[in-house]
Amino acid sequence: MRELNAALHALTDDSNQTLWLVRNPGGKHAIAAGLDAPVTIEVEGPVGYYCAGMNKQGTVIVHGNAGTGVAENMMSGEVWIKGDASQSAGATGRGGLLVIEGNASARCGISMKGIDIVVKGDIGAMSAFMAQAGNLVVLGGAGENLGDSIYEARLFVRGPVKSLGADCVEKELTPDDHRILKDVLARAGINGEAKPGDFRLYGSARTLYHFHVDNAGSY
Amino acid sequence: MSEPRTPPRFSATFDPAAIAEIQRAAATGIYDIRGGGTKRKLPHFDDLLFLGASISRYPLEGYREKCGTDVILGSRHAKKPLHLKIPVTIAGMSFGALSGPAKEALGRGATLMGTSTTTGDGGMTSEERGHSSLLVYQILPSRYGMNPDDLRKADAIEVVVGQGAKPGGGGMLLGQKISPRVAAMRTLPEGIDQRSACRHPDWTGPDDLEIKIEELREITDWQKPIYVKVGASRPYYDTALAVKSGADVVVLDGMQGGTAATQEVFIENVGIPILAAIRPAVVALQELGMHRKVQLIVSGGIRTGADVAKAMALGADAVAIGTAALIALGDNDPRWEKDYQKLGTTAGAYDDWHEGRDPAGITTQDPKLAARLDPEKAGRRLANYLSVLTLEAQTIARACGKSHLHNLEPEDLVALTVEAAAMAKVPLAGTDWIPGKF
Repeated sequence: MRELNAALHALTDDSNQTLWLVRNPGGKHAIAAGLDAPVTIEVEGPVGYYCAGMNKQGTVIVHGNAGTGVAENMMSGEVWIKGDASQSAGATGRGGLLVIEGNASARCGISMKGIDIVVKGDIGAMSAFMAQAGNLVVLGGAGENLGDSIYEARLFVRGPVKSLGADCVEKELTPDDHRILKDVLARAGINGEAKPGDFRLYGSARTLYHFHVDNAGSY
Repeated sequence: MSEPRTPPRFSATFDPAAIAEIQRAAATGIYDIRGGGTKRKLPHFDDLLFLGASISRYPLEGYREKCGTDVILGSRHAKKPLHLKIPVTIAGMSFGALSGPAKEALGRGATLMGTSTTTGDGGMTSEERGHSSLLVYQILPSRYGMNPDDLRKADAIEVVVGQGAKPGGGGMLLGQKISPRVAAMRTLPEGIDQRSACRHPDWTGPDDLEIKIEELREITDWQKPIYVKVGASRPYYDTALAVKSGADVVVLDGMQGGTAATQEVFIENVGIPILAAIRPAVVALQELGMHRKVQLIVSGGIRTGADVAKAMALGADAVAIGTAALIALGDNDPRWEKDYQKLGTTAGAYDDWHEGRDPAGITTQDPKLAARLDPEKAGRRLANYLSVLTLEAQTIARACGKSHLHNLEPEDLVALTVEAAAMAKVPLAGTDWIPGKF
């Protein structure tokens, strides 16, 4: 792993080694973590924790499932998971696109800070906890306490939501929201499978933005 | 002639401070928030004394014979460990909690003395990177401002699990201090009360932490030392688990450690004093065969060179200062007494760091107040103070016959109180009794 990541970190923006294949990853951790070059890494099999962590510019495609914290703190680029993703997918991500073609477990998009995440299946409990910015698009349903203590992220969910967390409310889709959702769906290659009108939008009620004793029951 | 009367008598339980707090709570309905560390009297380094040389120990000549002060941090795994000239580092304090000039001043002072400073909850600023020759980059649960470029620019990485003022607590930065720059760095709306999470978003427990540390090493190509910082509560287990997780350095912060803003009840009632925490941590390292291989930095209430020497005699490799560093910069300076009084306090007692109205211009984001602090002069004051801490520690070490601060040992110490003897595991002065040792 150390050799692979060191080789990937040595790549420059103008490298002609633009396609890398990782075979038999065996669930190893931190595959392609810290990538900072416009290259594509295809992983043929399941990956462990923190695959593509802090990715910049790169495209990482995993033909399998991903462990905890896939694309955590991603800055830019794209990460595609063809299977399911474990907890904290896209945690604290600041940019780029994460597409999970299966389901994502709990805390998907936790503390997201600008990343766009598309999950074709369902997401688990406490997803988008303290989500600050960016868009989480879920074609399936969401688990308990979606968007607890959310800031300014947008949560688009097509299926049922088990419950909303503190200060998270359903909102009307504005034309801007509609446009943003359409764009994210298109970038995720979803053009006919789901339409913006199928989704409900959740976001912050902003009642917890200033600490006040009257809100003590929500804390 | 009036009857003799019993004079007014205050209750020891419901003393004036307790009564005032009940009255304040009843009037406002909200708990008190403040900065700084615990203000209650605790067993501390003051309760220890050095024995000094005698017939059985041979002292070194002051001002003549060398007494080394350097320390290497991160030698376990990192390709590039930090080599500090003095064993006193500057603890993590955020831009946001502190002004830009204050962060710059910390960097300047630390650099003059060949030691490191540390970022905080809010990311790395150009001021501190530019003026800190050695900068430790904190990874906190909020991950505000976190990015791989800054990670690679850092000289070391510190995964913060907790801090002494509030083990188990998250952070808060009230709206008054969320300026446009702070808000942009944290990806938050301006002016809101900002909460920092108390749990990391992508790992839970020591097994996950080990994998997280592995990821950080992979991203930085195994170059940087990785510290793990914990608030002192269960130091034996936390130190053992940090070592198991792969830490190069364990940072242990006692309850005297400061905070930018925390509930008073948290500051005063959660965690243990640093005096009680050092020996269990050292025992954990010794049992694992890792003492001096995984370095131990301790913090919380370090004020003098004697404190530095005592911490090191108990087994620490280095110490960190936060509150003392701010005081050296100019915090609570009597020159601002009129301004302190306008805020209903006095120099020496000011602790409303969360309000952003610091007369000394340190714990504020108000540009006018921040401009009161000259980062060059303040940095010089910090360097002076660090120099005094080092000279004082050397003075004591030489008196104990030690040619390096790291050669200080528990056998150089005795305790003045039974409590301190039990916590520090050194004999009560004049006896060979260590409470709890059979």
